[in-house]
Amino acid sequence: MNIADLQAYGYFAITVFMTVSLYAYIYHLYKNKKDADGHDYEEYSNMALHDDIGDTPVNPISKDDKK
Amino acid sequence: MENRPLGYDYTVAKMFMLTTIVLGIVGMLIGVILAFELAFPSINTILGSGLAEYTNFSRLRPLHTDAVIFGFTISGVFATWYYVGQRVLKVNMAESPLLMFLGKLQFWLYVVTVAAVVVSLLAGVTTSKEYAEFEWPIDLAIVVVWVLFGVNMFGLIGMRREKSLYISVWYYIATFLGIAMLYLFNNMEVPTMLATSAAGETGIGSWYHSVSMYAGTNDALVQWWYGHNAVAFGFTVPIVAMIYYFLPKESGQAIYSYKLSLLSFWGLMFVYLWAGGHHLLFSTVPDWMQTMGSIFSIVLILPSWGSAINMLLTMKGEWQQVAASPLIKFMVLGSTFYMFSTLEGPIQAIKSVNAIAHFTDWIVGHVHDGVLGWVGFMIMAALYHMAPRVFKREIYSKSLMASQFWIQTLGVVLYFTSMWIAGITQGMMWRAHDEFGNLAYSFIDTVTVLHPYYAIRGVGGLLYLIGFLMFAYNIYKTMTAGKPLEKEPANASPMGA
Repeated sequence: MNIADLQAYGYFAITVFMTVSLYAYIYHLYKNKKDADGHDYEEYSNMALHDDIGDTPVNPISKDDKK
Repeated sequence: MENRPLGYDYTVAKMFMLTTIVLGIVGMLIGVILAFELAFPSINTILGSGLAEYTNFSRLRPLHTDAVIFGFTISGVFATWYYVGQRVLKVNMAESPLLMFLGKLQFWLYVVTVAAVVVSLLAGVTTSKEYAEFEWPIDLAIVVVWVLFGVNMFGLIGMRREKSLYISVWYYIATFLGIAMLYLFNNMEVPTMLATSAAGETGIGSWYHSVSMYAGTNDALVQWWYGHNAVAFGFTVPIVAMIYYFLPKESGQAIYSYKLSLLSFWGLMFVYLWAGGHHLLFSTVPDWMQTMGSIFSIVLILPSWGSAINMLLTMKGEWQQVAASPLIKFMVLGSTFYMFSTLEGPIQAIKSVNAIAHFTDWIVGHVHDGVLGWVGFMIMAALYHMAPRVFKREIYSKSLMASQFWIQTLGVVLYFTSMWIAGITQGMMWRAHDEFGNLAYSFIDTVTVLHPYYAIRGVGGLLYLIGFLMFAYNIYKTMTAGKPLEKEPANASPMGA
């Protein structure tokens, strides 16, 4: 097998890998609906809508995070 | 209950709003002059042949491109970051005196750098690399400005009260990282003073003039990797950051699908960097690289339209706002122009289309429907939204804003339609030949045919400039004579008649 064949197989493998990753990511987002912190992704739109300095953060930094 | 400041500090945002407007006027004015120089060449020597050096097309052209890219657009990015960043992270910049100091330092250093750019380019001191004309001392100053921007960005993120980063912040971070990488690699250069001639002489060059470290095809590849991704990380990514904040906020509507915004973000990041090869179709670049540039350009439609459709769907059920508010009109038309130019670009990147389009005015038309219709509209809309909140006054005039919208829209339409016709005419005339393969036209034949379209383009550009001056006036009057507001408006920006 010469370098051109290797490139072609590599190209094909990477294309398949990236396509699968992309669709897996879409599936993951729409199946789980929530991120690791338990927040529905759609809640994060409120970061723009409720952005006064006194508004409650959607996902506040807790004291534990500051350690 | 923790102690929170009473509001946000917009000092640095206001400073960059000023440069956005001033450099916008400068860049667009030079653009209009250039358009009329192409239509009526005698304007090249309008101040007499003694000053022709400073008024001719080739001396002014880099001033136009650099003023609108690094002046108007990048100032707009800074101004909106120092506004949006604080708000979505729920942190006041003034809580850190260090960040305030660095923000102001960034602004003043930016102003000094802009002055150096204007003087050096007018004097004809240039590296001759398109969109990267600055000589190395200015490049170093730009790197410092950019690093200060990054320190501020990550400093603010480090102080945040909101743990998650809003989608706009992701886009601003991508802007910072993308431009840092592109700028550094494309501007690798060697002062000519360090060169040795073939005869072995040394010290023959100058200390400030430099040549690229790349040569030939490699130079072209790096240049267009840079040039195209400057469009990505200067004209797309930060502008998407703006619309993801300002459209939902102004309309009071949550983003149609936050998940789609995440998906589009990663799509854009993966795909954009590979598309630059489409600038080098039919050149000495390896054929597979040209094909790759074409294919990635087509794939790029998906993430671009993902963001644009997401923005249009955000207005679902609320379309009466588009009719009622000229500010929403700017953003919705901006988003529409984004869809339009991200479809047009991939079409031009198809090899058979590019065979006609390459080097013609169609490319110029494409760039301008993107920058005038999308980048310009979105930055102006962002500043209009910010004005009542940073100056605590009502926007001076709604009717002035509405007139501006229609004048500029007409300007953009005249611009791109004339350039389409000019470009395709040009492309067809260059290719035309008789049955023996002799070219049917000489270059000057095309120039004669294109003259009316060049004149129309000049008028289109002039209309856009007039609209921009109306915008500057409206913001100035808002700042000085707008009705004071008692309370910050939650969504729709209040406007005087």
